[in-house]
Amino acid sequence: MKDLIKRLTEAFGPSGSEGPVREVIRKEVEPYVDEIRVDAMGNLICLKKGSGGGKKVILDAHMDEIGVIVTHIDDNGFLRFANIGGVSPMVALGQRVYFENGTFGVIGCEKLDDIKDLRLEKLYMDIGATSREEASKKVKVGDMAAFFQPAIDMGNRIVAKAMDDRIGCVVVIEALKRIKQSEHDIYAVFATQEEVGLRGARVAAYGINPDVGIAFDVTGTGDTPKAHTMEVSLGKGAAIKVKDSSLICHPGLRDYLVKLAEEKGIPYQMEVLQRGGTDSGAIQLTRAGVPAGVISIPSRYIHSPCEMVDLGDVEACVNLCVAACESPLDF
Amino acid sequence: MDLRTLTTLSGVSGNEYEVRSAIIEQLQSMGISYECDVMGNVIAKKGSRGPKVLLDAHMDEVGLVITHIEKNGFLRFARVGGIDPRVLVSKRVLVGKEKLPGVIGAKAIHLQERDERSRVIPIDQLFIDIGAESLEQAKSKVQPGDYVAFDTEYEELAPGIIKAKALDDRVGCALLFEVLKQDWQDIQLYAVFAVQEEIGLRGAKVAAFAVEPDMGIALEGTVCADIPGTDKEFQATRLGKGAAISIMDRGSIPNRAMLDQLVKIAENEAIPYQFREATSGGNDAGAIQQAKAGCPVASVSVPCRCIHTPCSIMSMSDFDAARKLVIKFLESVEGGFRP
Repeated sequence: MKDLIKRLTEAFGPSGSEGPVREVIRKEVEPYVDEIRVDAMGNLICLKKGSGGGKKVILDAHMDEIGVIVTHIDDNGFLRFANIGGVSPMVALGQRVYFENGTFGVIGCEKLDDIKDLRLEKLYMDIGATSREEASKKVKVGDMAAFFQPAIDMGNRIVAKAMDDRIGCVVVIEALKRIKQSEHDIYAVFATQEEVGLRGARVAAYGINPDVGIAFDVTGTGDTPKAHTMEVSLGKGAAIKVKDSSLICHPGLRDYLVKLAEEKGIPYQMEVLQRGGTDSGAIQLTRAGVPAGVISIPSRYIHSPCEMVDLGDVEACVNLCVAACESPLDF
Repeated sequence: MDLRTLTTLSGVSGNEYEVRSAIIEQLQSMGISYECDVMGNVIAKKGSRGPKVLLDAHMDEVGLVITHIEKNGFLRFARVGGIDPRVLVSKRVLVGKEKLPGVIGAKAIHLQERDERSRVIPIDQLFIDIGAESLEQAKSKVQPGDYVAFDTEYEELAPGIIKAKALDDRVGCALLFEVLKQDWQDIQLYAVFAVQEEIGLRGAKVAAFAVEPDMGIALEGTVCADIPGTDKEFQATRLGKGAAISIMDRGSIPNRAMLDQLVKIAENEAIPYQFREATSGGNDAGAIQQAKAGCPVASVSVPCRCIHTPCSIMSMSDFDAARKLVIKFLESVEGGFRP
């Protein structure tokens, strides 16, 4: 699983440019599913057929990561950019970034009189070009870049960029590999454009018209020095979401997941996320409504190039996902 | 349909009937079949085979709505769509169905306190003066809920440079008619004249749901800040530099294949183009992309300086570039291009 985490987090995929991630996942899941298709928004939708009589279940994880998009190339070959999803200027400053074609850049800042004036508009990207012409050979306006950081194996904990939400993809992929018997038609949705507004999941769910939807995404923790108050801690198990800004999880499904975790002895914790949302928010409001929930992977330093997860938590999320798929889901 | 006619009509979001009537009349005279949906969108159709392409322009414009009539006959109002309060003072407006002339008033400089002069007058301190002397007199002509549009004359400031209100998005409507003039064989063209874009892409959302297109393009008048005091990197677009192709905005990220195809066509056909070098704002493409199971989208715009004000400015050369680019793109879809 560590190898898969490394390969997936190091793949390139800011919102709207998820192609490389999609190819890694497609190869990985092909032997374990019955049908694979890519829809109009680029979602990778994989069907693992059930033994019959079950439900249509979406397991969603998003492929996209935050990044930046080039908006302007100046006469000296410096690039200006805008954020794709939630990119803090504080985090972006000093980072290395890379483009899909292999071009690298570093992020610098105009002279600031006060660090409080730091905003994305004050930052620029330097790709080592000395003129507009030279820069234009490598990068065009509209091209996207992702943070460049290799994954670090710290033993039981792993740090990487794009853990949000490649670790969710890993959980769903692992579950697809491990599910032995399920009556349900499992639709694994590897969704696009979550970071810019749950856009992929919204249309994927419409197309599938599911009976149940469960998203797998990272959530914050409150276990770091002088952190904001939050019950979730790294290493304490799968986080079963109660609510975030995008949805209130279906109480029946939520309690059902808690019961399953208790029965199977899977470590879990309850999650209330004050700010932030995930694909289940879009899935829940599909057509006439879908019971939706979220199993979250606790993560520190979300939306930075150093997102940290605990392998025990990841394992718990996989086990809970498998248990849910092998259960009747009769909540 | 020419821009002078289109921008002289009033069509604040939710009150597009005047624009809609003129568009329907024009469609009828061109012999083009169309439908009107419950939200008030006009959906014209050409071609009966091939992929469904939804081409969208919105009929509505930003404006005001009357909220209250004061005892002395002055009218209070709220904004419909995004308007900077700083552009409102001393503007001429047309109030209600009767198009009563009015002026947005505020206290004269002589009577202002020192600190009043240095800050923006909030909307709730502005009023519209229609020359009424009393509540009764005003009430006989105006009701709360009546719409207010800017009263701006269409003018050519210089050869090919025009000034008008509502170029966002009557310029898109004019582009739609240019496309509808052509014969389309191997695409099913759905030209959507949409309502209520300025208050949340509401018309396009239901139109796209009904059409269920294979791809969508929004035609827009867009921000252009090639003005004094704005550094090059924050100008978004430049007047006279060609059709503006969007790279991303708050509503959508364009489909990469469509974006690349637009650029390729512009370069092969020597059509002037520029990227819209900003990601702020949004347009109907955002709603079209998200309808039902989704579809690929892109946006082509005409740069308009001073957008969302009573007087915006655009270049006919950019209009021509956008027209050529969109028509050539659709021809390429007829020729087999698929996103």
